[in-house]
Amino acid sequence: MSVDFNVSAAAAPTAGAEGLNSRTMTNEHSDWQPTATHESLRVRADTLAALRRFFAERGVLEVETPALSAAAVTDLHLHSVACRLEADDRRTRYLQTSPEYAMKRLLAAGSGPIYQICKVFRDGERGRRHNPEFTMLEWYRPGWDHHRLMDEVDELLQTVLGVAAGERISYADAFRRHAGVDPHAADDGELRSRVATLGVSDVSELDRDDLLNLLLSHTVEARLGVGRPTFLFDYPASQAALARIRPGDPPVAERFEVFIDGIELANGFHELTDPEEQRRRFEADLAERRRRGLPEVAVDERLLAALAAGLPDCAGVALGVDRLVMLRVGTRDIADVIAFPIDRA
Amino acid sequence: MPSYNMNQVKVGLKILIDGDPCVIVDADFVKPGKGQAFTRIRYRNLKTDRVNERTMRSSDMVDGADVVEKQMQYLYNDGTHWHFMDQDSYEQIGADGHALGDAAQWLKEQDLCLVTLFDGNPIVIVPPNFVELEIVETDPGVRGDTSSGGTKPATLETGAVVRVPLFVQQGERVKVDTRTGAYVSRA
Repeated sequence: MSVDFNVSAAAAPTAGAEGLNSRTMTNEHSDWQPTATHESLRVRADTLAALRRFFAERGVLEVETPALSAAAVTDLHLHSVACRLEADDRRTRYLQTSPEYAMKRLLAAGSGPIYQICKVFRDGERGRRHNPEFTMLEWYRPGWDHHRLMDEVDELLQTVLGVAAGERISYADAFRRHAGVDPHAADDGELRSRVATLGVSDVSELDRDDLLNLLLSHTVEARLGVGRPTFLFDYPASQAALARIRPGDPPVAERFEVFIDGIELANGFHELTDPEEQRRRFEADLAERRRRGLPEVAVDERLLAALAAGLPDCAGVALGVDRLVMLRVGTRDIADVIAFPIDRA
Repeated sequence: MPSYNMNQVKVGLKILIDGDPCVIVDADFVKPGKGQAFTRIRYRNLKTDRVNERTMRSSDMVDGADVVEKQMQYLYNDGTHWHFMDQDSYEQIGADGHALGDAAQWLKEQDLCLVTLFDGNPIVIVPPNFVELEIVETDPGVRGDTSSGGTKPATLETGAVVRVPLFVQQGERVKVDTRTGAYVSRA
């Protein structure tokens, strides 16, 4: 093969003076080439095969659900791509940001354990670890809680990446250990003054979850997943998303994330199954969307109907396949593992 | 100057941070904990050369810096300023020692330099990558001793001192890489 695969789309940090003396000639027509090497594409194919083998051996059913849906996610920080079937009913539909709602409808219909590997779409997410279109592995285990699912994620990572068994640390302990702050007890002022030292512009506009998220990304994250995966679990209740909240002092969301080498790889929940609570969270999101002038989206009534019919107690997790391939290839740039990232799509 | 939103922020963009012209050397999108998205940039202050980091919300804007890079010809030094000319407009400007920095030691009249102008004022001068200069002073080396890889200091006509091989003699012209200050060859 004579094609030069080693053309990186993403801008690399430049060392030294830029400008005329180090300016390179760019050919505007050269972007037909893939940004991933042939070897990286082989690792991607091998990873997909390994994932399917893992679930086949465990009797987890592979499913496919629609990428185009009449309803969108209400999450304030997920931006769906809207489109219309002009030759059909001309109604707005949304590209999925994750297959979660449809998979929960299958679970409610009695599917048993299921997994899916699919493309998902998130507007506005582009960077060295993000592409607006990416590949997600999502799976659900009826009858399991988030701890039992963390065991299985751990086994999957050992099988596919060949890493050591993971460590498990609560969100609160990770913050206490790596940021020197109690994320549940510290008041907003203390969090704000800590974030102000991180070079963040205009901290006055940030809410409590923003502050915690920045401490996570700027201070805690780099210390997670060093030498072995780190499972961070039991998040603040305000960050529950679709996880159930366990009452206590403080109440915590039964949610986990997995980190390797400071890269967030997966996010899982002991799933919320209460249709009333689910509807309240959707409506709170919509009210906040209105307040912020974000697009209003249709609540997924079919999901709510499925929950009302009975979603089995279950745990589910979404894992970024591109990032899994990045870890296998040993790159920090997602463009190295995607044939054609968005700017070459 | 225009303002830029976070989608337009990319490596190489010249922006104003706290009033100083800066160039973005790294930009990354982060979305920690499934929350609000941020853009994390690293930028080099073009005046101080220091690199710093800043994290901005996706709704934030940054102001562009009026920074222009021009090839200009070095004319002369009047004792305090180095004077350069735009070869198209014949416009002349004077740059102080702060803008010149280490570049001063390589400049010979008529060299073409890369001049960075901020609001019209020169703030950085980059000499040509390679210059050819005459050695005005160096100890006579021992001829034939080329295998040892030994070097000696040599003063060039512009005042710069570089290490040259022992066989290179006073009065000869040498080619030097100004980025590293290393001798390349006889000219």
